[in-house]
Amino acid sequence: MSLIEVKNLSFTYGIGTPFEKKAVDDLSLSINEGEIIGLIGHTGSGKSTFVQTLNGLIKPTEGQVLLEGKDIWEKPKEIRKVRFKVGMVFQYPEYQLFDETVYKDISFGPANKGLSGDDLDKTVRRAARFVSLNDRLLDKSPFDLSGGEKRRAAIAGVIAMDPDVLVLDEPTAGLDPKGRDLLLSQIIGYHRERKNTIILVSHSMEDVARVADRIMVMNRGKLEMLDTPRAVFSRVEELERMGLRVPQITRVMTILREKGYDFSDGILTVGQAFDEVLSLLKKEGKL
Amino acid sequence: MIRDVSFGQFMPGKSVIHRLDPRIKIVLLIAYIVFVFCTFNFVSLAIVSAATIAVILLSGIPFRMYVKSLKVVIIIVLITSLLNIFYGGGDPIFEWGIIKISLSGIYRAIFVSVRIVLLILLSSCLTFTTTPTDLTDAIERLMKPLKVLHVKVHEIAMMMTIALRFVPTLLEETDKIMSAQKARGADMESGGFIKKIKAMTPVLIPLFVSAFRRAYELAVAMECRCYRGGDGRTRMKTLHMKPLDYVSVILSCLLLTGIILCNIFLAPII
Ligand SMILES: Nc1ncnc2c1ncn2[C@@H]1O[C@H](COP(=O)(O)OP(=O)(O)OP(=O)(O)O)[C@@H](O)[C@H]1O
Ligand SMILES: [Mg+2]
Repeated sequence: MSLIEVKNLSFTYGIGTPFEKKAVDDLSLSINEGEIIGLIGHTGSGKSTFVQTLNGLIKPTEGQVLLEGKDIWEKPKEIRKVRFKVGMVFQYPEYQLFDETVYKDISFGPANKGLSGDDLDKTVRRAARFVSLNDRLLDKSPFDLSGGEKRRAAIAGVIAMDPDVLVLDEPTAGLDPKGRDLLLSQIIGYHRERKNTIILVSHSMEDVARVADRIMVMNRGKLEMLDTPRAVFSRVEELERMGLRVPQITRVMTILREKGYDFSDGILTVGQAFDEVLSLLKKEGKL
Repeated sequence: MIRDVSFGQFMPGKSVIHRLDPRIKIVLLIAYIVFVFCTFNFVSLAIVSAATIAVILLSGIPFRMYVKSLKVVIIIVLITSLLNIFYGGGDPIFEWGIIKISLSGIYRAIFVSVRIVLLILLSSCLTFTTTPTDLTDAIERLMKPLKVLHVKVHEIAMMMTIALRFVPTLLEETDKIMSAQKARGADMESGGFIKKIKAMTPVLIPLFVSAFRRAYELAVAMECRCYRGGDGRTRMKTLHMKPLDYVSVILSCLLLTGIILCNIFLAPII
């Protein structure tokens, strides 16, 4: 059985005002346990709105979200339980830090969940370790951290709730290349250890190509594709029509293939490309 | 959601009312408020109500937006009209225990509630059809004579502009921070008053931090553009009176004449 099932989900902002805007339009899909889903789409395509329906921050105007087979809005009073199961890291999460110390801030989520004492301490330190925040930083005020450290602290605050599904809305936006790579590998590391489901919203095709099992493409509130990275990134023209593109390395390799080099189709990461080039050089006896 | 408040929100449009000079709109609003309180009999009340309805129709804003803005004052209207019914004085036409209802009480209640409703409708019409910047701009222009008294008109107007400009931004931000903390399991709905206030800390602190950051950034940006206050500043957009504006003034004068005539020739009933 799939972990999350979405049925004919629609959401409209500002119903009944001149600013009415259908942000999610009749969306249906299912997500399996332990998957990493990459969610891409042009600015304003409804990605953030869609992910907020998954943990009940936004109540759909139509349709349902089923978590483990149960409609999350069945008992509106218990919506908080859903939020502990589906953890959500917002776009620019550093602006939600508020407590005196980083340690206290990270413990806000798990404490709300009901953890205390040793359990709480262990959870907080483990979450901090996942995002490589060292112990020295835990006692500092969150407002004294650098931008990247703040981001890590905010992500740790959600990881500490130990959710079954972790939604990350553009976690790498605004970080330097090294910081992005590091954060991404930490997320993968966390996923390997915890084996939970991850939904990663991103504007970086390279990032989703690297980590996702399946990629979901949204355009104007509609679900356009949900498939393996290879399949999605082979539909170059459709993606370009939606204001998206394929990873740069895929483009380079496609062009080289058209020029007659014997590379295989559907290369998505620099690592794969490196291996391809190496094996071609070997085959031609140049190495 | 917090952002669903409709009172005082600008709605873009191209109607006659939208195109009026904002200064004229403010002056006319004040005039109409005076008119509303100069209605002493049903005929003049009907005239002012008709004029208000005409203005609302001309503004091209959906009627339900006006209804929404009335929701805010519905309680006040109910309470004041009830008080007026029971404490109207005059000869009672209905008595039951200590409750005495007189005809003049009923009239009073009708007048008071209609007046409040008209007041809200007219001021909503102004804020619906005028951008906040235009509004403060017009206020600055109208207050110019006060400069003689060394009132810092420009500075006051600038503060108003900035405050108005940041209201939607801060509301949006509050919404976002609240969502983020709810996602971390913050419980803001249940519990008593004290508990609810406490539950707001995780929202208020980030909100203050970001408000101060924005204020600081805005100050730096203004200074980078050599902003030094009002002296010697010229305007990019100057306001000019157009034929439409004169027409609106003339129509309002006619309305005023009508009300005065009503008051002279018809007996007041309150
Ligand atoms: N709180 C809101 N009120 C009204 N409209 C909104 C609100 N939030 C988003 N929208 C509108 O809904 C649409 C979808 O927005 P959403 O934030 O889901 O897009 P997104 O795909 O996350 O974009 P981005 O990549 O820029 O983050 C946009 O057109 C936006 O203007
Ligand atoms: Mg978004």
